[in-house]
Amino acid sequence: MESQLALTGKDYTLIVSDTNAAMSIIRMKDDEDKMKQLGEHLVMAYNGEAGDTIQFAEYVERNLRLHSLRHDIELQPKASASWIRRQLADSLRSRKPYAVNLLLGGWDVPKGTPELYWIDYLGTLAHVPYACHGYAAFFATSTFDRYHRPDMSLEEGLELMKRATNEVEKRLIVNPGGWKARIITQDGVREVIL
Amino acid sequence: MSIMEYNGGSVVAMRGKKCVAIAGDLRLGNRNMSLAANFEKVFPITQKLFVGLPGLASDVLTLRDTFRFRTNMYKLKEGREIEPNTFAHLVSSTLYERRWSPYFVEPVVAGLDPNNGEPFIAATDLIGCLNFAKDFVVSGTASDKMFGMAESLWEPDLEAEDLFETISQTLLNGVDRDALSGWGAVVHVITPEKMITRSLKSRMD
Repeated sequence: MESQLALTGKDYTLIVSDTNAAMSIIRMKDDEDKMKQLGEHLVMAYNGEAGDTIQFAEYVERNLRLHSLRHDIELQPKASASWIRRQLADSLRSRKPYAVNLLLGGWDVPKGTPELYWIDYLGTLAHVPYACHGYAAFFATSTFDRYHRPDMSLEEGLELMKRATNEVEKRLIVNPGGWKARIITQDGVREVIL
Repeated sequence: MSIMEYNGGSVVAMRGKKCVAIAGDLRLGNRNMSLAANFEKVFPITQKLFVGLPGLASDVLTLRDTFRFRTNMYKLKEGREIEPNTFAHLVSSTLYERRWSPYFVEPVVAGLDPNNGEPFIAATDLIGCLNFAKDFVVSGTASDKMFGMAESLWEPDLEAEDLFETISQTLLNGVDRDALSGWGAVVHVITPEKMITRSLKSRMD
């Protein structure tokens, strides 16, 4: 019952994940951080098959880090998304594919724009203003469709995200546990309380 | 539901008089849920050649990259741009390479022959069986609907502007009857002098 949500506003990307770690029907943990910071201006939220998620997230993290050490520059969100997509697309046709879905939120430093990419385990990549993974998609996308504007201030963005997570809490039969939220701006990544 | 209908999307191409047109919708979905309305499926190969790739979105992106790589290598080796007919065979062999675990994409090729300016269109199935057509080709989840539209609207020797109108009406009325396609469209018309690209608004439901 995993849920990831994200949206872009005027000068930020807001990315939110639930904090459940479940094993079958049992909640093992309710403060699991299902996001990884991949760079100064890049955050990835992941869900999917339990072992695959962390394995793949760390694989991505280390490779992007290696790239930045070798070239003395970090990949921009678009390039990172493209590389990650290719890894998943190649993995899909391997003997044991990764079953991992991702939301990649970042800030494009040269362009000065907030970026959000929706990636699934098939290697589908979509550049979107707002997106959800997991069960949240069924409840929150319509809320985003109705209320999202690309020029939203941070306060408005947080308010909309709150609306969306409330909807998930209200209608999903399983309690999402808690939420962890991160904001990516030109100054970098910071955690916020939703 | 087959994997070909997982993400949805449709492409159509038509021949005119010394011109050719190719158009595709913009929807990206996950079965019945729409995700994005900015997912282009028609990509330029050269100034006078386009390829449309409706099918599984992951393979659409993979094949776009593959074709970009292979046509760039062709250009470096041959010192000239690839011709439509050659490119159609490149598409065919690229797909047949993966005969037993195919890319789930049914490409459409449209372009003008740089030697004589003749319009060229072709479509293949997911394992690269080529279909050269004199009139029009359709592909994607709304292909059956667009066949009907194209069959009644298309006529030989259409001029560029008339061809644009014909292909636009064919695509829009086709995808409006299909739940998995639509959400906007892009049309490219290639003439010997110029290339016209226009975005179409359509029903968002």
